[in-house]
Amino acid sequence: MPPQPAPPAPLQLILGDEELLVERATRETLRQLRVAEPMAELTRLRATELTPPHLAELVSPSLFAEARVVVLEAAQEAGAEICEAVAAYCRAPAEGVVLVVVHSGGGRSKLAKQLPATLRSAGAEVTECPKVTKASDREAFVRNEVRVAGGRIDAAGVHALIEAVGSDLRELASAAAQLVSDHDGPLDEATVRRYHRGRAEVTGFAVAERAVVGDVPGALEALRWALSLGVPHVLVADALADAVRSVALVRGAGGGDPFRLAGQLGMPPWKVKKVRNQIRGWEDDSLVRAMRVVATLNGEVKGQAADASYALERAVLEVARAQRAGQRAR
Amino acid sequence: MTGSVEAVLGQPAVPTTGVWAEVVGQRSVLAELYAAAVAAAGAVSGGGTGGGAMTHAWLLTGPPGSGQTTVARVFAAALQCVVPGPVPGCGACQGCRTALAGTHADLRIVAPDGLSISVAEMRALVQTAARRPTAGRWQVVLVEDADRLTEGAANALLKAVEEPAERTVFLLCAPSDHPDDVPVTIRSRCRPLALGTPRPAEIARALRDHDGVDPELADWAASVCGGHVERARRLAADEAARQRRAAVLAIPTALHRSADVFRCADELVKAAETDAVEANEIRNEEEKEALRTAMGAGGTGKGTAAATRGANAAVRELEKRQKSRTTRTQRDSLDQALIDLTAFYRDVLVLSAGAAVPLNHPDREADSRSAAARWTPESTLRRLESVLECRDALAANVKPRIAVEAMLMVLWRG
Repeated sequence: MPPQPAPPAPLQLILGDEELLVERATRETLRQLRVAEPMAELTRLRATELTPPHLAELVSPSLFAEARVVVLEAAQEAGAEICEAVAAYCRAPAEGVVLVVVHSGGGRSKLAKQLPATLRSAGAEVTECPKVTKASDREAFVRNEVRVAGGRIDAAGVHALIEAVGSDLRELASAAAQLVSDHDGPLDEATVRRYHRGRAEVTGFAVAERAVVGDVPGALEALRWALSLGVPHVLVADALADAVRSVALVRGAGGGDPFRLAGQLGMPPWKVKKVRNQIRGWEDDSLVRAMRVVATLNGEVKGQAADASYALERAVLEVARAQRAGQRAR
Repeated sequence: MTGSVEAVLGQPAVPTTGVWAEVVGQRSVLAELYAAAVAAAGAVSGGGTGGGAMTHAWLLTGPPGSGQTTVARVFAAALQCVVPGPVPGCGACQGCRTALAGTHADLRIVAPDGLSISVAEMRALVQTAARRPTAGRWQVVLVEDADRLTEGAANALLKAVEEPAERTVFLLCAPSDHPDDVPVTIRSRCRPLALGTPRPAEIARALRDHDGVDPELADWAASVCGGHVERARRLAADEAARQRRAAVLAIPTALHRSADVFRCADELVKAAETDAVEANEIRNEEEKEALRTAMGAGGTGKGTAAATRGANAAVRELEKRQKSRTTRTQRDSLDQALIDLTAFYRDVLVLSAGAAVPLNHPDREADSRSAAARWTPESTLRRLESVLECRDALAANVKPRIAVEAMLMVLWRG
């Protein structure tokens, strides 16, 4: 006889707003419940569709003692009455009934916001699915996806995949699974590049960073990518202006401790350090030129130019050339 | 009736009493308006329209600060003056006083405090303009800043300006001496009156006699205001305005390193932002509070939640208008600083050319003289151009900080 799995907790909370992870957590919880209680009756409902009497009916023990699973989705949108009803139920959960609450962590009303805390204090089993925002977390996610699908991938491959597919976890997961099934053996950058070409995300900052170090081909390539991906012209123009003025600011401030300068210049220390690497080659006069270029550009992308893309391209070229002119003058 | 018209035309002297004393200078414009007011008074008392001296739409243009709005209000007061007599605009009757204060029942004043005048506003105005005057004299519609009419708003106004009701007069003002700033369709339907820049002596006299300013201060304010009457008043009355001006004029000689550029830019932009916040903060909160109360906020009981939902949309709408107003205050404040800078570089050019003309900032002659000795006329001209470019850029919605920093970089390097 197989060992009996531990009975699932009668209260389950799935907390977070990373859609894919929430979906997986819900599926996994339901799978475990099904293993424990194969005959359980499942009800999935959005919190907004539910009324307190309906909830009471759902969580009442059945006449024939069948197990029941009630999934309450989008609990952050619940009204005050439902929140109170759920809280009341938490204090006295019925036997043989499992209540799964899916909650984003936010919520408009005060009671809906407090719901996770209420469930926690009632001893609910919590699965957290916070939004993946850090690059390192995203890389870990990709590695894990590949491993789950039965493959292996090196760091460069992970990087290439994220660059090509973007930051959407759902797309990353399916791309990872697809790669593993298409390719035998460990995945590396070359393999990823064979299946994925191009870039999913290029920000205005990427364009600006290349332009201020005088990397003309790099800056223009990044700009074309950014525009074809639909990055608004104004954002690229602002990033370019910010990069040029940062160079001028940091260069004017001279050397010294970046942490002390940070406060003085009104930018974070990491940025001071980064900009320090970009000031090489800039001269006073070339900076004057670049500052004027980006000021004109700011008006152009707001409707002054007939073609904002052309204006951007010309400004990127002029900024990069101004930097190179300064370098030559040395 | 023709006899009386000739009598009017033969009497070009504008009275210097009553409402007519409000205006600084502008004698020729006033003469035309005075003739019109006399003709209008004749029309009201049962005569004809006065053989053309009076008309239904006027466009008052002139450099900023030359007093278009004041002139328009004075004219409106003269039209509403109820004291019978040969000189309309006594300045003492109820008609004159309420018109000057802008509270007369037959005077609509459109004074945009945002960036532009909208179509909706003009449509509403056209409706009121079609009514008969309640006091039986003239229905006066006064649009300050007609240069801020959007294209749609100007079009909505066209028909009303072309053929208004019998006793309706449109007075459009534009602080600009460039005719293109007012849509041509509007311009062609109005009788144009071009105001000139008031002379320093006239401004000084007005400050002394009308505002009771100390003569020495009045002379100084009149000499540095660049012909802008309101600016002279502000400088004469407000110590903070004098300090701000001094700080702005210190910039050209304070730019030694690139760090100075950013420090000065920061000061300029921050000062403008502070101005905008100070001018609008309290008013914004009060307006929001009033709107919320009107929409039933703070109520309890059934149905209040539904009412508040509509209120939020209305508050957002209000916030949008307030934001436009704040942007305008900020731009106006920055623009004043740029005008002072332009005048400084103009002085430098004048001095390096050795021309014997009055300076715009006579009190800064030492600075401009030393600058004229140091800079070539070409580099001064480049600096002047960059200030003008910056003004255009701000009008074109460029971020103030970016535009000002780019300008100061040029002011620094030349």
